[in-house]
Amino acid sequence: MSTSAALWSLFSIVLIGFAYCAALAFVLGLVWRLIGYLRTPMPWPAVVTPAPTSDAGAAVRVAGDVLFFPSLFRADKALWAGAWIFHVALFLILTRHLRYFTYPVPAVAVALSPVALWVGYVFGMAGLFLFWRRLALPRALYLSGIPDYFALVLLGLIAGTGIAMKYWAHVYLVDVKAFTLGLMTLRPVAPPSHPLFLVHFVLVALLMLYFPFSKLLHAGGIFFSPTRNQPYEIQKRGKRYVGNGY
Amino acid sequence: MAKFDETPIVKEPAINGILKPPEIRENATAHVKCWPSKPKDTQAIDLPTERVPDWQARGVAKLGELLEKNKALRVFMDICVRCGACADKCQFYLGTGDPHNMPVARAELLRAVYRRYYTPAGRWFPQANNAADFDEEMLALWYTYFYQCSECRRCSVFCPYGIDTAEITMAAREIMASIGVSTKYVTEVVAKVYEHGNNLGIPPAAWKDNCEFLEEDLQEQTGLPIRFPVDDYGAEVLLVAPSADNFANTETMIGYAKIFHVLGVRWTTSTYCNEGGNFGLFLNYANLKKVNKRIVDAARMLGVKTIIWGECGHAWRAGIFTPTLNGPMDMFDPPYPYHICQYVAEMLRKGAFAGKIDKSANDQYIVTYHDPCNPARAGQLLEEPREIVRAACNRFIEMPADTIREKTFCCGAGGGLLTDEVMPIRMAGGKPRAMAVKHVGANFVATPCAICKAQLPEVMKYWDVPAEVGGVVQLLGNALKL
Repeated sequence: MSTSAALWSLFSIVLIGFAYCAALAFVLGLVWRLIGYLRTPMPWPAVVTPAPTSDAGAAVRVAGDVLFFPSLFRADKALWAGAWIFHVALFLILTRHLRYFTYPVPAVAVALSPVALWVGYVFGMAGLFLFWRRLALPRALYLSGIPDYFALVLLGLIAGTGIAMKYWAHVYLVDVKAFTLGLMTLRPVAPPSHPLFLVHFVLVALLMLYFPFSKLLHAGGIFFSPTRNQPYEIQKRGKRYVGNGY
Repeated sequence: MAKFDETPIVKEPAINGILKPPEIRENATAHVKCWPSKPKDTQAIDLPTERVPDWQARGVAKLGELLEKNKALRVFMDICVRCGACADKCQFYLGTGDPHNMPVARAELLRAVYRRYYTPAGRWFPQANNAADFDEEMLALWYTYFYQCSECRRCSVFCPYGIDTAEITMAAREIMASIGVSTKYVTEVVAKVYEHGNNLGIPPAAWKDNCEFLEEDLQEQTGLPIRFPVDDYGAEVLLVAPSADNFANTETMIGYAKIFHVLGVRWTTSTYCNEGGNFGLFLNYANLKKVNKRIVDAARMLGVKTIIWGECGHAWRAGIFTPTLNGPMDMFDPPYPYHICQYVAEMLRKGAFAGKIDKSANDQYIVTYHDPCNPARAGQLLEEPREIVRAACNRFIEMPADTIREKTFCCGAGGGLLTDEVMPIRMAGGKPRAMAVKHVGANFVATPCAICKAQLPEVMKYWDVPAEVGGVVQLLGNALKL
């Protein structure tokens, strides 16, 4: 075995180990945080007007918040547009990525094929807008700190390497899929030796590791926000208010 | 000329009643602080009389305790992304430009400490994660800026995750109270409730005197025996109004009495609990619960069928907590808790006042309605007070849409800020409301909140808006044909 082949094997093992650690940290970290939210009581009704009056209404309200960001729309139209496009594009990109993790590939991931690259560009543009906004608006600049830039830069680099692989320096898809399916079935094989792919992959693992311990947790936390997920049912006859939200 | 330091206040006028966010003015209000509490008050309300020796450790431990007890706090500590949607929504930022008055920056003061002691990222890499020690400097920032928040929750309406800075302010104040750091105004008021039954410290005899005085006054004016009953055992309704209604806002008190008179309801006030306002809400959970319990106790002592909360904003916020804080209210007639505006609006809908209202009695007024923060954003009271105002006057006008209903601006003195030493903050915080009133040209601001009624007249004077401030039931009282 040549030295470079030995180094490559060593690198593959480290990379695969890191990927598993990151995935484990992501899942366990997320479960730990969300269970923490779930089991903590809310000592008083905290719902903000106009409040739904039933659990179903509260679920609709939370779903609306998650899907359309109505509060942000009320607050700042430009920020709403940037943030909403950013999140929708991210969702589409993740959906499209199902083709690397599933066999057979779901129809929705296939259907996205004609627009996939454009969605990637839109995501990048929206991310740049959000980054620019943090620097250009004095209030946003005052509020922004290292974690805020870090999250955007991380996502931006992931998007950049992804788009580069798609548009410019193609990676051999069969190798990628063999690698990801190997990881998922706990029979890992060597990763494709494509530098952009390796960078992309490491950054994603880093993102997973970072996610449960950072502000990115807003993705899960929004479901537990008492000002939105409580129904207002205080004045219903005979009903003792149980302040547990979800 | 104003008798206080005006440097914290941004003077730029509004355009069409709406204020543009000011430039950032660092530390503009850093020197505006409430006076610290006095030992005699803190002792009376079961708080440390001075800063405890191991305050850092105990403060951090208290934060940990609250994180286990309050879902909102726990979630809101983690999920803020600092997008800044709330930044220009706070009346205290709009009025002062101090960046710590942006709701997100205010909340970050607590989050920094939370991250430092309760998250792996903040414990291991504090600089990179906006984490900070709970030290003397941080405590000073807490004491200043968590007492420049009126817990009005306007930021929560605009936050994509509904983050409610009031919950964060309440937690920070609870932590400070537990280590012996609190303000004179809030602790004094809570102590007065335990001693006299109300926030103003009016003894029972004076309360009765004043009620008799109002009765005589009305007898002279109207020739009718309109009663202001006190401790009337067996009455149907216990009215828990803010004590200020009996002394300062007597027109509102007269409004209640006239309404009950016309409806033929036997009602009463209680000398054990003649206060709706609950300053425990601005201090800590134990006092919030204890003060609120007095209402239920008074109602049971007097054997009433139902409790009606009067025109007091945060009384209603605490009021809707009652079944949660003090146990089921099954011994009363539903709906409970019940607000005077809900009650009167329901009577209006049932036609109880048909033919008994002369709207022209209020024709000298161009009336606008100021939503107090707590009834509007916590208590779902948006339509009822408006129904009453519309029924009671001919000339009603709404302020710009961004300044009313759930988007209403706080008067600028809620949350325990109605004290003279923070006058710059109060006048700055009241500015958005004053500008909106000025824009629509109203000369009467109707509002069901005692704090608003104490604060807004001063705000109107300071910002040169010729408008009177009064109660919702006051307008109806004026218009009732007795």
